[in-house]
Amino acid sequence: MLLAEQALNGLQYGMMLFLMAAGLTLVFGVMGLINLAHGSLYMLGAFACAWVAAATGSFALGLAASLAAAAAAGVLVEVAVIRRLYARDHLEQVLATFALILVFSEGTRWVFGSFPLYLTLPAALSGAVTLPGGLQYPLFRLAIIGVGAAVAVGLWLLIARTRLGIRIRAGEADREMVAALGVDIARLYTLVFALGAALAGLAGALVGTIQSVQVGMGEPVLILAFVVIVIGGIGSIKGALVAALLVGLTDALGKALLPALFARFMEVSAANGIGAALGSMLIYILMAGVLIWRPQGLYGARG
Amino acid sequence: MKARTILLGTLAALALGAGAAGAEGIKVGMITTLSGGGAGLGIDVRDGFLLALKMAGATDVEAVIEDDQQKPDIAVQIADKMIQSDQVDVLTGIIWSNLAMAVVPAAVAQGKFYLSPNAGPSALAGSGCDKNYFNVAWQNDNLHEAAGAYANSAGYNNSFMLAPNYPAGTDAITGYKRFYTGAAAGEVYTQLGQTDYAAEIAQIRASGADSVFFFLPGGMGIAFMKQYAESGVGIPLVGPAFSFDQNILQAVGDAALGVRNTSQWNKDLDNAANAAFVAAFQAEYNRLPSLYASQGYDTANLLLSAKAKADVADQDAFRAALEAADFASTRGDFKFGPNHHPIQDIYVREVVKEGDIYTNKLVGVALEDRGDAYVDECKM
Repeated sequence: MLLAEQALNGLQYGMMLFLMAAGLTLVFGVMGLINLAHGSLYMLGAFACAWVAAATGSFALGLAASLAAAAAAGVLVEVAVIRRLYARDHLEQVLATFALILVFSEGTRWVFGSFPLYLTLPAALSGAVTLPGGLQYPLFRLAIIGVGAAVAVGLWLLIARTRLGIRIRAGEADREMVAALGVDIARLYTLVFALGAALAGLAGALVGTIQSVQVGMGEPVLILAFVVIVIGGIGSIKGALVAALLVGLTDALGKALLPALFARFMEVSAANGIGAALGSMLIYILMAGVLIWRPQGLYGARG
Repeated sequence: MKARTILLGTLAALALGAGAAGAEGIKVGMITTLSGGGAGLGIDVRDGFLLALKMAGATDVEAVIEDDQQKPDIAVQIADKMIQSDQVDVLTGIIWSNLAMAVVPAAVAQGKFYLSPNAGPSALAGSGCDKNYFNVAWQNDNLHEAAGAYANSAGYNNSFMLAPNYPAGTDAITGYKRFYTGAAAGEVYTQLGQTDYAAEIAQIRASGADSVFFFLPGGMGIAFMKQYAESGVGIPLVGPAFSFDQNILQAVGDAALGVRNTSQWNKDLDNAANAAFVAAFQAEYNRLPSLYASQGYDTANLLLSAKAKADVADQDAFRAALEAADFASTRGDFKFGPNHHPIQDIYVREVVKEGDIYTNKLVGVALEDRGDAYVDECKM
């Protein structure tokens, strides 16, 4: 029972990471841009959701606001700052987008203050449901798993089945050729960036609802999102999904199982300490292992 | 990022002609947490402290206030700056025990007084005690000891214990187990500042416990309580007041109703000083005070009582005046033990709803005249 619940926790965590990593990997893969400010867009989505949900009393409007606000901020940032960075090297991109983190964090602190905001779950999504097998699990966390799966299917359809998807894939392969064929590459980039931003905003709103909405909430998640796209292979949505679930499950199951494992041959409190410490290292060990085996990531195209 | 408030300059105090013994101005450096998940605690301590100064009309106490962001390295930088360039006489304000352990030993070694309005790590109560260190709140273990005593009387004998992995977290579980006589269904240390408790809740669900003791102050408590309520795990909660303070209750709502918790203070404690404090705090800030606010208020009043008796430059006289603790505490009776930690009653409270506001009411006494377990290790 504990294992099943932890597996669900890992799945939910993985789906949340996927929403973050999908945008990051698209931007990185298609545009060749390292965007450290992705975590700020996540935070922005959470604040927009909290603010609109508190003002209107409707959680659905809050979610819509998180998508809209993060996408709008994404467009603004892309046009004003990022556009100038495509031709520069990665170090300058890192520097500029790190500056954006500071601007967004201080700006948000200025508007909303330093005190964390807390969202109330809508009545329809609150409480726990009993799953087959008798396990009780919070409905909202199940909903996050559902949203993540829906986004994964939606993204796959978008990339594999639509004209926009063809352009995105073409832009990834050879941007000069695509531009020469008459595709407005600048607009395409803005669109991709806004899409990634909106997904980050959605992830922020969903996570902010079960945890708390505060300045600086995006940076710890950003690090994990980078781990995910490195494991999955840069630019691959499928890789991001598989890697996100792998990371989520490794983290949740590792933290649950390792202390119990160590408790078999040592004192409980020491086992707790060592198990927890090793549990939080597991995903990085996983990353190192994958990189040794496949340096380009699980589904990475570039060798 | 810097919240720096200067109430009134020492210049003003000099201009007013403060010359008599004990009437010299005092400069106080307050290092506290004003941003992030722990901000609620620091803001309440600061507001309680400033309220006491204002009510006393203490125009010759200058307070320099800075936000430590709940980070030990930032707190150390601020302390160095306050001691070296602001030249404060007294330091106070730190909420978190890991920050206190980083700042206090160095500050008292440089001859500054430190009055703790919150953090009371066991190391500073025992072998690490210092003649210039005073804790006005409690030794960390105290409220948890009372929670353990309460768990016994409530008939719990299989507790799951949860606390963050930092000095106050280990003190919490140590304190709880000092009085609690039942078995341990599980003992888990979480990360300080953790916001997702899904894994811990899964362990609680699987543990077969009859009660959950948890110490999660500030934003951690809000996140845990909300997720616990959503999870459908119905095992009763016990804990110290830190897990059920005024800020946490407003964010958590109905989920906390009826829960018993332990505190050295509550807003309905029946004494004149407390009644005046609660009324003035509500009038000034338009919200109910938390225990943190009462601790900030008591800290300022202790400082003022010592200032009335002695000049801070005369360290021995000032220290003796602090030891006397000759002020009207919001807790009623208040005195220091030999290691400069309070000896006081600890109460049991219950979470209730008054109108639209969630708050606590007193239901009994858990421990009377409780000192702390480390006093014998202290050699001053």
